[in-house]
Amino acid sequence: MTVSLIVEQLLNGLQFGFMLFLMAAGLTLIFGVMGLINLAHGSFYMIGAFACAAVAAATGSYWVGLAASLAAAAAAGALVEVAVIRRLYRRDHLDQVLATFALILVFSEGTRWVFGSFPLYLTVPDFLSGPVALPGGIDYPLFRFAIILIGLVIAGGLFLLIARTRLGIRIRAGESDREMIAALGVDIRKLYTTVFAIGAALAGLAGALVGTIQSVQVGMGEPVLILAFVVIIIGGLGSIVGALVSAILVGLADTLGRFLLPVAFDTFMDSSTANNVGSALASMLIYILMALVLFLRPTGLFGTRAH
Amino acid sequence: MMTREAAISLLIAAGLLAAPLLGNAFDEPFVITLATKVAILGLAGTGLNIALGYGGMVSLGHAAFFGLGGYVAGILASHALNYEPLFTAPLLVEGTTQMLIIWPVAIVVSGVAALVIGALSLRTTGVFFIMITLAFAQMVYYFAISWPAYGGEDGLSIYIRNEFPGLNTLNPLHFFAICYVLLILAIGLSFLLSQSRFGLALNGARQNAQRLATVGISPFRVKLTAFVISGMMAGLAGALYADLNRFVSPSMLSWHTSGEIMVFVILGGTRRLFGPTAGAALYIVLENTLGDVSEHWLLLLGALLVALVLFARGGVIGILAGQPRHA
Repeated sequence: MTVSLIVEQLLNGLQFGFMLFLMAAGLTLIFGVMGLINLAHGSFYMIGAFACAAVAAATGSYWVGLAASLAAAAAAGALVEVAVIRRLYRRDHLDQVLATFALILVFSEGTRWVFGSFPLYLTVPDFLSGPVALPGGIDYPLFRFAIILIGLVIAGGLFLLIARTRLGIRIRAGESDREMIAALGVDIRKLYTTVFAIGAALAGLAGALVGTIQSVQVGMGEPVLILAFVVIIIGGLGSIVGALVSAILVGLADTLGRFLLPVAFDTFMDSSTANNVGSALASMLIYILMALVLFLRPTGLFGTRAH
Repeated sequence: MMTREAAISLLIAAGLLAAPLLGNAFDEPFVITLATKVAILGLAGTGLNIALGYGGMVSLGHAAFFGLGGYVAGILASHALNYEPLFTAPLLVEGTTQMLIIWPVAIVVSGVAALVIGALSLRTTGVFFIMITLAFAQMVYYFAISWPAYGGEDGLSIYIRNEFPGLNTLNPLHFFAICYVLLILAIGLSFLLSQSRFGLALNGARQNAQRLATVGISPFRVKLTAFVISGMMAGLAGALYADLNRFVSPSMLSWHTSGEIMVFVILGGTRRLFGPTAGAALYIVLENTLGDVSEHWLLLLGALLVALVLFARGGVIGILAGQPRHA
């Protein structure tokens, strides 16, 4: 086991963490402002990936595809918010879970209808393909490195948006007292639709970026969705900072766990058992982490109030 | 006088019994399989209804208990068929193909799992409870996928359906009868529970845990007990489901299964004795009729479910029986 291998895994963990953050940021914003659990958030991830693949194939430009992923996911988000989600804010969580679970069926099957069951593939644009040489003689795929940077930029942008803009002020006000800001003349319905669309667009972007590394297929959003839920629960519901910290924590724990646990068990077991035990434990690791956090701090790391 | 809900319940029970008999008479064996599936999934839903309906515990992790029950059936049967003992130390434990042994084991295993998961999860409420039950179910799911001894991702086949003394379980009608009787027993048990002192306490724990605590009953213990009973029923249903398909795979443990069981309960009507059964029946009928209309039947089903949640609260029984019983 060399240092460069560990650094590579660390970077993979970071990259995974930032993608989780893009998903989790929307989820946690939507929960914080509207009090809604949205199981269909993974569908926006999938829609973004499909939009990017389809548009990139039609226009030949990856960047137009990426823009399309943002637009398509935001549009789908706004549409669903107006048609369905809006009616769920006052309902209990049970209704929200059920309705958004049903929405997953609609989105997944609708996408299968349009694009078929076969996965699509995206090609990395030329100037981002190939490796980048990092200090210490480490070669790392340039595109994955770019994803980390994009994640950083978006995280920074999101914090600026929330801390420095009028929209951000409204979002924060909406989190603490929705009746009050409605009374102050803010169009709360428009605010909710906007927040929902922003969250959906972030998920769509994450889907397009991850879809470029892996493949674009129906159902790709669901594993990520559950991880994103783990992230926002660990981070504390409604907290963007919490989402960032815990997304990186979860990304690193998952990636390094899969890499290190089998090696660690190998030191005191025979290697095939070690591999089994290690990989079984690694795939459960973040859920164990979440259970631990909830057990020790039931509102999450950065959570302040219980919902 | 019989209430409207009781009449509807009787109708559902009679209808579910009549369907496979008619299927048998008109030589449509597929109907028997569907009815068996309804009975088994109805049983799983009846289990969840105790936690979700009566106890107000929105568990998105009941697939864990359902799947564990299924794996108990699959693992015991596979050991029996391979003549390999399960354990040799400290005492010899061999596999079995007897349902009468498999069921109690499935019930105990899923009950113990529910005890552990419930005890940890009940420290939280609301969204956190939903998510932590989901997380525990995912743990079991990923464990099943990555543990190769019992098939891992590929699942485990049960080559011959397990046996029940005096019946031929390979005869679809006989197997249906077993599942149906167990379903009715579970519904009967739910009824007794809901009428008992414990049921009243559980209602209290759902509505106002603090008040319950002030009269000297621990809401935690009441809820945990309900959660364990609920998990046990789901586990028994899982064992039957494995026998129905003669196959167990991690998909029984996936969060989609948890979501579906929840759909049965809410589709039929929470806190209604026959709600989950009605929901499972409707779901399976829709699955099979919409499947004929379009291969993209899930799209229609999803849209229908959204509409039901938005506009028809109280589920099928809520619509038919009118007035929800005072909550």
